[in-house]
Amino acid sequence: MSNPLWRKLAYPIGGVAVVGALFSAYQHGGRSSDLVTGDDAARKVYVAPGQKDEFYAMLSGGFNGQMSVYGLPSGRLLKIIPVFAQHAENGWGYSEETKPMLNTSYGFIPWDDAHHPELSQTDGVPDGRWVFINANNTPRVARIDLSTMETTEILEIPNSAGNHPSPFTTPDTRYVVAATRFSVPIPQRDVSIEEFEHFKGTISFIRADQPGRMDVAFQLLVPGVDYDKAHVGKGVSDGWAFFTSYDTELAHTLLEKNASQNDKDFVAAVNWKRAEECVAQGKARTVPANYAHNVLDERSRVAHSSFNHSVKMLRPDACPGVMYYLPTPKSPHGVDVDPSGEYIVSGGKLSTIIPVHSFTKIRKAIESRAFDGTFEGIPVLKYDAIIAGEVKNPGLGPLHTEFDGKGYAYTSNFISSDIVKWKLGTWEVVDKIPTYYSTGHLMIPGGDSRKPWGKYLVALNKITKDRYLPTGPELAQSAQLIDISGDKMKLLLDFPTTGEPHYAQALPAALVTAHQVKYYDLHRSTHPYRVTSEAETKAVRTGNRVDVYMAAIRSHFAPDNIEGIRVGDSVYFHVTNLEQDWDIPHGFAAMGNRNGELLVMPGETRTLAWVPQEPGVYPFYCTDFCSALHQEMQGYARVSPKGSDTPLAWGTDRPLHPEEHASHEEHDRHAER
Amino acid sequence: MTRLSRIVLLAVSAGLLAMLVLPIWSIHLQAPQYPEGLGMHVWLGTVRGIGQHDLANINELNHYIGMKRIEPDTIAELRFMPLLVAGMAALGLLAGALGRRWLLYAWSVLFIAMAAAGLGDFYRWLYDYGHDLAPDAAIQVPGMVYTPPLIGSKTLLNFTAVSWPAAGGWIAIAAGAAAAYAVVHEMRVARRAAAA
Repeated sequence: MSNPLWRKLAYPIGGVAVVGALFSAYQHGGRSSDLVTGDDAARKVYVAPGQKDEFYAMLSGGFNGQMSVYGLPSGRLLKIIPVFAQHAENGWGYSEETKPMLNTSYGFIPWDDAHHPELSQTDGVPDGRWVFINANNTPRVARIDLSTMETTEILEIPNSAGNHPSPFTTPDTRYVVAATRFSVPIPQRDVSIEEFEHFKGTISFIRADQPGRMDVAFQLLVPGVDYDKAHVGKGVSDGWAFFTSYDTELAHTLLEKNASQNDKDFVAAVNWKRAEECVAQGKARTVPANYAHNVLDERSRVAHSSFNHSVKMLRPDACPGVMYYLPTPKSPHGVDVDPSGEYIVSGGKLSTIIPVHSFTKIRKAIESRAFDGTFEGIPVLKYDAIIAGEVKNPGLGPLHTEFDGKGYAYTSNFISSDIVKWKLGTWEVVDKIPTYYSTGHLMIPGGDSRKPWGKYLVALNKITKDRYLPTGPELAQSAQLIDISGDKMKLLLDFPTTGEPHYAQALPAALVTAHQVKYYDLHRSTHPYRVTSEAETKAVRTGNRVDVYMAAIRSHFAPDNIEGIRVGDSVYFHVTNLEQDWDIPHGFAAMGNRNGELLVMPGETRTLAWVPQEPGVYPFYCTDFCSALHQEMQGYARVSPKGSDTPLAWGTDRPLHPEEHASHEEHDRHAER
Repeated sequence: MTRLSRIVLLAVSAGLLAMLVLPIWSIHLQAPQYPEGLGMHVWLGTVRGIGQHDLANINELNHYIGMKRIEPDTIAELRFMPLLVAGMAALGLLAGALGRRWLLYAWSVLFIAMAAAGLGDFYRWLYDYGHDLAPDAAIQVPGMVYTPPLIGSKTLLNFTAVSWPAAGGWIAIAAGAAAAYAVVHEMRVARRAAAA
């Protein structure tokens, strides 16, 4: 081989070899961990043993009806907070105290589909008091108190179906909103599905700033399109709320085709301050309704349900100026308001651009009546009059946008499975990062508020296929943590989640840790079956009902022997955890109980109902590993046949029937108790 | 008595009054399960947990080894100790006002004797709690006793008990030292006066 030829071939051959090696590395497992994440990713997400995360992230559980709490940046699961679904783990929805939380006008509904956590805000910034979450299926909104990480209030939404665009908050948490994903006859009645003209939607404003007193302040009766997502205005757009809609075709069958025909659907812009004025002027009608309001009392920790029987309904034609439609391509899904409140970004899931409306232009268009006709009586603004800009070629299937507070927006693309970073004002795409796979919502801590903490972004993914060890047909969904502190987005971590992490919220941990409750004050409790010491424990028969006032304290129950229960009785174990120390819960479970088990926090009383079916001796025991002698924390309940005359007797470490024993001393001891 | 000694005696007596409202001894307990710590303060008139429920939780833990519950109401000394110390403060103020040298000597001897007796009594209680254990206790470690240290640190099963004087205790120690200093000072002045 002559020298000149060798030289000519050296670079191409070398080049092919390098490309080949890279390709081979890519094929052999380097796919994301080596090539996509930076070298320092592990260091950035490593929270050393004993150290704590910087942020709390609240992820909805979607179809599990719950909300889960994760730490960021580690992605560690800290807690599952039961909300709309019974939770066998801690007795939520099984204990007598918590059952009323799941009452609705349809009866006891122990499950739901929970989509959107929303943190309470003060002055447009998450304040760490509460997080709200919606139930899609049986329309409800729940309040979770962040000091106890527990659901304390659930309000049903009347005249609604599919409570999806909910519960987004006004900047001061005066209202959280709700609206109908499914239009339905309002009021409900028996009509043909094909008479779709009877179908309506509602947009509800729920008073939310007073715990225990959530209430539907008023509802707007609106055209029967499907309202999909919402966000409330802030800053310049304070006083307004925005709801995307699809199905402006008003289809009631095969929506995947029939609701995808129009080039533009709408974002509904609602002037809620105007609505308040009209309601104050008596322009709303009070209409009959029936909806549950469930509140967990703070002192007794017993939930109570009440039902409201009317609601104020405002028709837009009775309140001109309350609502406008913003034409938006195409079947828009998310609607997100930038930190200043000026830009309203809407992800048209079938659109090739991301349209951004300008609030200033919306105002001007309203003043100059730049209308493009009306839709079912609602003025439709001219698209060209309100558009601030369009993000071109953002990716396929843009859904949701959050903001970093530094002038950039981040939009999830479901179909192309990536996240696009673009600049507010110039609308230019500046970066893109793949996600694994099919991201729905994305979340930046405070990213939908006035002051985002723009350090991390979390992509919430629907498909994980090859991302983790397989677990049969049913796979975990996932969250992906992305570093957004620099110019380029960097994938740091992905972690599987419980249920569907539909949407999420996050905030600096200190806002929550500052007011954490460690245990409940036993002596403040107003629970009707509370005991404050073992001396107060007893069993009481009232007809076929037996109430056991029981104490749990390391490492025993008082009483731990109970006789005189009969088949046909309903037994209520009211278990008070006498501990006043952090992280000492006790559990309670009885053999063959068709109901559930309990987890009782220090200082609280929880009640488990038990209807024994057959005579026998039934062990009960503590299910939470409370202490070194936890395994000894057990007892027996004797069940006698129906009609038997076994006397009701109870005790711990003493004879149940002292008169049958010899010792006087024991008898005296019994008498003393 | 010199002016200096009178001032010292008055100050010491005032310090004794402060002991009435300050904890005199502290016992801290540490264990893996209690990273935040548990502890109690011994006052002249009572025993209290450092955290709101610490005393109850300490009693709760102690029941496993059969230790008696620490119940301040049942400890007779806690009823008269405040009176005794208040009485000493009153006597000290009186002695300081009268300015008689022999009163200073008498007061100081009495005070130091009382402090020693108090400390001895405290140790007796610690010893009693540590040794007088229920024979049917769940946890029985042969040869193990649970007397916390009077001062310093000691490992008791999974707990490390650390005892130190608290503010009131340090005042008592300082008061004893100051009174001793005044006595020495007075004796020196007296000797000089006798020589002159």
